[in-house]
Amino acid sequence: MATVVTTVRRSFSTHWYAWAMVLPVVIVLAVLVGYPLGKGIYLSFTDANEANVARTIGVNHIEATYQSVGLDNYWKVLSGQEGHFYSRLGWTVVWTASCVFLHYTIGLGLALLLNRPMRFRALYRVLLILPWAVPAFVATFSWRLMFNEKYGVLNAFLTKLGFGSVDWLGDATLQKVSAVAVNVWLGVPFMMVAILGGLQSIPRELHEAAEMDGATPWQRFVHVTLPGLRTVSGTVILLGVIWTFNMFQVIYLLIGQGAGSESEILVTYAYRLAFQGIRDYAGSATYGILILSLLLVFAVFYRRMLARNEKEGVAVR
Amino acid sequence: MSAAQNVRPRKPRPREQRSRTASAALHTALVAASVVAVFPVLFIVYVSLRGRDGWQEPTRWTGLDLSNYTHILGETKFLTWFGNSVVVALGTTVLGVLISATAGYAVSRMRFPGHRPLMWTFLVVQMFPMAVLIVPLYNILGELELLDSYAGLIVTYCSVSVPFCAWMLKGYFDTIPAEIDEAGRVDGLSPFGTFWRLVVPLARPGLAVTGFYSFITAWGEVAFASQFMSSEEHYTLAVGLQTFVGQQKAEWGLMTAAAVLITVPAAVVFFVAQRHLVAGLTAGGTKG
Repeated sequence: MATVVTTVRRSFSTHWYAWAMVLPVVIVLAVLVGYPLGKGIYLSFTDANEANVARTIGVNHIEATYQSVGLDNYWKVLSGQEGHFYSRLGWTVVWTASCVFLHYTIGLGLALLLNRPMRFRALYRVLLILPWAVPAFVATFSWRLMFNEKYGVLNAFLTKLGFGSVDWLGDATLQKVSAVAVNVWLGVPFMMVAILGGLQSIPRELHEAAEMDGATPWQRFVHVTLPGLRTVSGTVILLGVIWTFNMFQVIYLLIGQGAGSESEILVTYAYRLAFQGIRDYAGSATYGILILSLLLVFAVFYRRMLARNEKEGVAVR
Repeated sequence: MSAAQNVRPRKPRPREQRSRTASAALHTALVAASVVAVFPVLFIVYVSLRGRDGWQEPTRWTGLDLSNYTHILGETKFLTWFGNSVVVALGTTVLGVLISATAGYAVSRMRFPGHRPLMWTFLVVQMFPMAVLIVPLYNILGELELLDSYAGLIVTYCSVSVPFCAWMLKGYFDTIPAEIDEAGRVDGLSPFGTFWRLVVPLARPGLAVTGFYSFITAWGEVAFASQFMSSEEHYTLAVGLQTFVGQQKAEWGLMTAAAVLITVPAAVVFFVAQRHLVAGLTAGGTKG
């Protein structure tokens, strides 16, 4: 016992500085993320909704009357009885995959173009990162105006060119295409800047050596540029998937808060469960936990895959 | 093109030369991409200058006027919301960068029990969908009587931005040589003194990027603000803007004018920080 106390005391005296410096962050995360997460998990095992949680009406305080329902919420959602979980999940995956793919390829293309000496380079760079400077909700509203069926500028152009006008935000499929377009417009600059940084950190000598050996530009791209970008790409794609999977603003503000839209992703649906109609706190928490678990599983597999690739890459070299 | 002729006299270096066609193609591609990037922004500025109903005929030229702006500034609560957003965004930036910088520094330089789990937490917390946190947070803030207040929103936003900032700053601090710290310690500075007087000034690009990130996150957040700020006096811009274009009415003219005014401060912060963006992002973001 005494030794434990001394160990603790000694470790405290060597580490108290470090602990003091991380303490504020730990407190913030514990109170605002850890505790709510625990509460969310707890709620997902109950039937809590607006009508039975603790609340205060005037001077009367009403105690909570919701009860535990075990795994019932999860069963209802996962067996497809409620909320069309699988179709929403499918669309969320398609949404994430297409957005991140387009972000990455367009970002890579533009970064490659920008990463060479030419006139007006600084100007192009500033213009191309402009969408990043526009807050997402402002950009989304702006696109909503441009997509407007009757008065939008896109349809005005189409009509002038002799095509009929298109119901960008009304049609179920076009809605999705529009949402992807807006999100791609918003997200490309981040990828471009990150990849540009990665490109600049690849030593020139590697390119020169490959060139001496007679590599074509395409071979140089595949064997020098892409491997050199591996760490950057790994990080930005992981972050991109997480951010896009949870992208709330674009879908919520573009397609609108109308009920029963098929184009909702899991996050916006969970939000709507919690704050519209009869507030279904338990259902919303269940969706939230499911989203989190999906992302965690993805992140673990993704990192493992990256680590394996890294090893193979070393072995080949 | 001078770029094509501007070849160093040494042996052939095909990568730096470009034929005229290649040059033209390069510039065409970049111009096209720039037009796509800039067009929506310019279009909104243009619509905002066309009076209250100008948005209905986007392609017909009628003069410009500022009536949308005068209406927004004079007859709506726009300025109040703007003030709210400034307070919340600046609060988030200062508080968030401060606490994530100390944490990032500690994680970067000191080996202490709890160091690894903390790094993991920073990554995992970014995966949290706000849908799982928002209801419990709403209850907590309700109990603390912080709903509908600046402080409540600021700490909420900090919980969103701090993990990313701490993670990135840790990577950035890693690139600053540890000899600098040692020199500071030899000269008699405390660990915190070393951090504050030597490392923070050197880490300016990294701090600029995280500050920018915090500011933009707070300036543009919709979900929390829509639920937590219930009285019109306390709306942030993201909530206020939704009142122009609701289910019943569509004041797109006013909306665009507000959009322009909202974007200006964000863009200013952005272009101040953007010089550091490449340096800060690559140093921090790439070392998971």
